[in-house]
Amino acid sequence: MMENNGFSSPRNDSFPAGLRVLVVDDDPTWLKILEKMLKKCSYEVTTCGLARDALNLLRERKGGYDIVISDVYMPDMDGFKLLEQVGLEMDLPVIMMSVDGETSRVMKGVQHGACDYLLKPIRMKELRNIWQHVLRKKIHEVRDIETLERVESFQMTRNGSDQYEDGHVLCGEDLTSIKKRKHIESKHDEKDTGDSISTKKARVVWSVDLHQKFVKAVNQIGFDKVGPKKILDMMNVPWLTRENVASHLQKYRLYLSRLQKENDFKNPAGGIKQSDSPLRDSAGSFGSQNSINLQHNDVSNGSYRFSGSSLVVHNGDPRSHDSDRKRLVSTPVEEPKRTFTVNVPNPCIPRSSQMEFGHPLAPPQSEVDFGALDSTFPTKYPWCGIPEIQLKKEHNPLHLNDEFSHLPLPGQKQLTQADYPQPAPAISSAPSLTPSHNEYRSNVNHASSTAIAVDSSPIQTKTNVANHQAIELISKSTPSLENQGFNMNSITEFESSRKNINLGMLPFTTLEEDLQVCWVPGDCYMNLGLQNIEVLEYFDPGLITDVPVNLNDGLRFDYEFNDPTEYSLIDQSLFIA
Amino acid sequence: MERNQLRRQVALTRQSLFDQGFLDEQFIQLEELQDDANPNFVEEVVSLHYRDSARLISNIEKALEKNPLDFNKLDGYMHQFKGSSSSIGAKKVKAECTLFREYCKAGNGEG
Repeated sequence: MMENNGFSSPRNDSFPAGLRVLVVDDDPTWLKILEKMLKKCSYEVTTCGLARDALNLLRERKGGYDIVISDVYMPDMDGFKLLEQVGLEMDLPVIMMSVDGETSRVMKGVQHGACDYLLKPIRMKELRNIWQHVLRKKIHEVRDIETLERVESFQMTRNGSDQYEDGHVLCGEDLTSIKKRKHIESKHDEKDTGDSISTKKARVVWSVDLHQKFVKAVNQIGFDKVGPKKILDMMNVPWLTRENVASHLQKYRLYLSRLQKENDFKNPAGGIKQSDSPLRDSAGSFGSQNSINLQHNDVSNGSYRFSGSSLVVHNGDPRSHDSDRKRLVSTPVEEPKRTFTVNVPNPCIPRSSQMEFGHPLAPPQSEVDFGALDSTFPTKYPWCGIPEIQLKKEHNPLHLNDEFSHLPLPGQKQLTQADYPQPAPAISSAPSLTPSHNEYRSNVNHASSTAIAVDSSPIQTKTNVANHQAIELISKSTPSLENQGFNMNSITEFESSRKNINLGMLPFTTLEEDLQVCWVPGDCYMNLGLQNIEVLEYFDPGLITDVPVNLNDGLRFDYEFNDPTEYSLIDQSLFIA
Repeated sequence: MERNQLRRQVALTRQSLFDQGFLDEQFIQLEELQDDANPNFVEEVVSLHYRDSARLISNIEKALEKNPLDFNKLDGYMHQFKGSSSSIGAKKVKAECTLFREYCKAGNGEG
């Protein structure tokens, strides 16, 4: 029952005419009727009798469809599952339909991310309005991108001036970092413009491969420590931006948390396994929002991690984390379509095992989310400030941070992805990341360069030197990061450096707290903490395990330390991710 | 003449179907979909539906013959049938399906 209509036809001219719709339903009668109705609306229709066929179609033609309409009850796959998959992989608006209009069903649909739920028999007028969902999604994407850009540019300026100097003073590597920063800034600026313009929200289609890569990266990093940047680095997909990763991570987390709830197992092992397959299938389920929340509160590391990461990464706009996440992803997508074959990093996988820091996750990219976060935060937290924040405990952010000062940079990134154990090395790999997110870059770059000089070499030494190195690495990577993931990278590096510096978990916590404290917005705090955590993990697998704990604690701490507002901010940032 | 008579008969039959509650507005929707490009649209849809329903009904019969009755399966069939019949506006069939499903939920084999 599949009929292919021309997909490439642009629908810009007479929107909503020419909207490319994919209809999935096991009932041939309905397929015929819907096809006719949609054709009457001047849409381009493709019908499909099986969910699997529909998924294949969608994967084959990335960007070939604008919206999907699916039945709930289907023989081969549950309509909700398909909904999740589509949302996760392709981020397309999905409309559910069924004869059954019970509130519980409708709620389930909405929870799984459906844009709308229609009751059969479907009226023509209902179909006429489906284009609004497509438009709405586009607008959100644009908004996300714009927000990010704005944040990034803001960050850039801020970072450039204050942090730059501060970091300089604080960190030993000033020169390098400064230079890097400058470089980054300029790049960032350029990129920003370029990015904002060019990134028209090319939607990243998360193909199976890409998703596999993503999952693998996440697993490697360790679900707890995962952060967009790290993932990005690890995935090594050039065109993928941090935002893309961030939003995808968010979704993934939601998905995992949902799975966990269902299976009632908080183990990563379970989650991990699922990551591959479920990801494929239920990519959509990631429903970032839910997962994020879950994750945040989720004790299990995996879930926790995710939330953090997801939050951070996604958008600079904390509030809309869910949507932002998605958006972030989509925006990065614009640039190069990166298929995320992410291997769902099993959150479950013990961090230590997962932490393979050596793997540079092109922070910028994987941290797409981070980048996003950065954007939002940049204004808030001057990177320089971040280290300070962390050190807050001591109230000498700078002092502590000599090493940290580097970190603060990452903090810019807001990518408090703390959860992501993104290894600093990932940051170094940032270069690969560079592509996309300019927005993030500005902020992140600065931070990264200084803070993260961390190279892929995990700095196990907790010494400052290590941090220093990390910072260097970061800074190095940051340039590459320049765009997105930048923050993430810096953060991770920062974290790692933190780690290095902090022998014990405590330091991290402090850092986190500091970070958090410093960042008024609250979001920033989170980022730093997260980053540190990540960094820590990166360098020291052993630490990592610890770190995650710390991170969580730290994060929690932060909450304690911070005012309620900050806490909420942090939450937001978390969520935003 | 004959054609007119036939037409009138068709119209009457059609109207009675509506009056008796066999058809509802969905059928009208289908009629509206019919146009010059698809002059026999309604006919096609209905025949398609009959074919599909016949298959479904035979499945239901088989399930009914089993003992004990598998209500879940029957419920599933009914849901499908309901969806199908609603597509062409078969109101009464749809109502019967709903009723059937109620019985299924109650485990009422007699119903």
